[in-house]
Amino acid sequence: MALPSYTKPGERIFYYFYVFFCGVVFFFLMAPLVAIIPISFSSSPFFLFTEGMMSWPPDPDAWSFRWYRYMVGICEDKNLTTPCGDKWMRGTVNSFYVGTISTLIATTLGTIAALGLSKPHMPFKGLIMSILISPMIVPLIITAAGMFFFYAKVNLVYTFTGIILAHVALSTPFVVITVTATLVGYDTNMTRAAQSLGARPMKTFFKVTMPLILPGIISGALFAFITSFDEVVIVMFMASIEQLTIPKQMWAGIRQEISPVILCMATCLVVLSIFLLTTVEMLRRRSENLRGIAHR
Amino acid sequence: MEANISTAEQILTTDGIPLKDSLKKTERRNKIKAFLLVFPLLLFIIVTFIVPIFDMLGRSIDDSQINTVYPKTFEEYKKWDKDAEELPPEEVYKAIYYELGEGDKIQIGRALTRMNYSKSGWKSLIKKTQRQIKKDLKAEVVIASYKERLIEINEKWADRTYWYAMTQMLNERTPIYYWNALDRTYDAEMNVVMQSEERRIYIKTWIKTFKVSVYVTFFCLLLGFPVAHLLANLPLRYSNLLMIFVLLPFWTSLLVRTTAWIVMLQQNGVINGVLVWLGVLSDDGRIQMVYNETGTLIAMTQILLPFMILPLYSVMKVIPPSHLRAAANLGAKPFTAFVRVYLPQTVPGMSAGGLLVFVLAIGYFITPELVGGKDGQLIGHWIAYHLKTTLNWGLCAAMGAILLGIMLILYWLYNKIVGIENIKLG
Repeated sequence: MALPSYTKPGERIFYYFYVFFCGVVFFFLMAPLVAIIPISFSSSPFFLFTEGMMSWPPDPDAWSFRWYRYMVGICEDKNLTTPCGDKWMRGTVNSFYVGTISTLIATTLGTIAALGLSKPHMPFKGLIMSILISPMIVPLIITAAGMFFFYAKVNLVYTFTGIILAHVALSTPFVVITVTATLVGYDTNMTRAAQSLGARPMKTFFKVTMPLILPGIISGALFAFITSFDEVVIVMFMASIEQLTIPKQMWAGIRQEISPVILCMATCLVVLSIFLLTTVEMLRRRSENLRGIAHR
Repeated sequence: MEANISTAEQILTTDGIPLKDSLKKTERRNKIKAFLLVFPLLLFIIVTFIVPIFDMLGRSIDDSQINTVYPKTFEEYKKWDKDAEELPPEEVYKAIYYELGEGDKIQIGRALTRMNYSKSGWKSLIKKTQRQIKKDLKAEVVIASYKERLIEINEKWADRTYWYAMTQMLNERTPIYYWNALDRTYDAEMNVVMQSEERRIYIKTWIKTFKVSVYVTFFCLLLGFPVAHLLANLPLRYSNLLMIFVLLPFWTSLLVRTTAWIVMLQQNGVINGVLVWLGVLSDDGRIQMVYNETGTLIAMTQILLPFMILPLYSVMKVIPPSHLRAAANLGAKPFTAFVRVYLPQTVPGMSAGGLLVFVLAIGYFITPELVGGKDGQLIGHWIAYHLKTTLNWGLCAAMGAILLGIMLILYWLYNKIVGIENIKLG
């Protein structure tokens, strides 16, 4: 993107303005995520950079792990008004529990469906595809309202089962989309070769197809996991205090007690998303290499 | 060829079956096999997702509950000739007297909520009357005229407006919730009229929802276009690095980003702090940027920006740079070349991103709820409010249905323009 030598001064100025503008947008995208990290290490009970944090040399009293200790349920200073308890840890356990189970179900169902959808003989493909990805398209608030009414009828509201079913429905579209996309590059001759050599369909899938599309399946599973792990609207209506998850607790935290513990959890979630992003990117490249697609 | 086969002797397989039939059979078997693979998920989605949505649509027009509580009253009521008589005939009073006195308390209570939607005041009237009737029944009072007895219990029973409000409840299906969702209601003659001035809140919110969605889409396009262009034209090693700046927010929890914006925008927050430190603002001149519409706009733009950049990027990536050079070679100024050659080729990306952002924005709930304060609320707020607080589920369902209708139209457009299968993730 270097400027060619014949660029006129006016164009040059425009170009620098354009790069500067892009820089501002990148800053706009990242700044909020970066800003919360130092504040989570503040010792003050407010959501802001204190004088002590800004001074140089750093004031050790302004920085602390105190809110992280709160988050994991170690409450040594009793004089503070911020409620401290095991809520965050219970939320974490529940979030991982719901996330893991719904990911397992969603990935299994989604992968099998994607295999069917990529067959050339699939009847009513367009219609079925739109039904399958509709949970991703309908706004969450509508989904939540519909599910709340219906699940209340069959006594699934305020149960883990209800939430897991809802989360599976919400996250399967991601699995279907990613796995179908991976299967586009899959050479069906591989399946034929395996079968002509005498492998039964199950064996063909586990020994030949699955290893080749595994990167797609794992990406889909990660998408499914983050969907469930992040989901707050459904949980807000369909979960009781028993099914407290991280997003529900964060929501309650922001509405009621604005405490820096929220920022600690937020920092942990940013770290988690960095981890997931890296994994998905690596898998994407690996899958492209496997399928012989050159890096564009 | 076709004609040849049909006239000539049919080709047979080794089993002696015509080849055509055999092929058809295999194809059918393959179709069934493919369908069987999709079937479990299809069934799952239909049961856990599609059925609840249709259940909600049904609820939005459902008015059967009240009809099970006052069947006799409604039957008698229909016989009332409103032009001839000022008040309903004696039979109506008698029917409601016994249905209140002997009916199931819980069901009457649920119906009361419904009655109050059509006219406020029903609730207290019915409750008071019910208490008195129960006493009557216990004491076995002999009643000469139920009409007079009811009016004696509460004079509102002589008020025509209450009786007129009952007209709306007679059918098991009602469009009333849809009218309510658009700030309209029925008058005594069953004409659709506007709600009283102070109750008109929804049309304003619908308009605001549209307005905010349009603004957010516009800002996303404005900010996203140059960035997507830069990412598409930089050498891969730089663009991959910069792509993280787009993908990381995309992968980060919505609540985290919303919280982060509260931290940034509040009066003691980072932005105000920096502005004061720079001397742009005085310490008491800090701007209120959060808990209002500005906050909603800023936060939603940042949250939805990746959904604009990613489709734009994937379109711009495949536009050959030689096109612009060719245009320049033919004498076009850079601006002309850009507008006439480059821009038209990005239209699919812009429409895809634009529709995606608009559709997501219109149904947004979490972010406006947290950073919107009082005047930054969108329609999602009222859906949640009626679902959880007022329990006016009919209205909640009707609003959901309207929103769903808008979404479906937009997605139909999206499908026409880019195709629903072309959605890409990251």
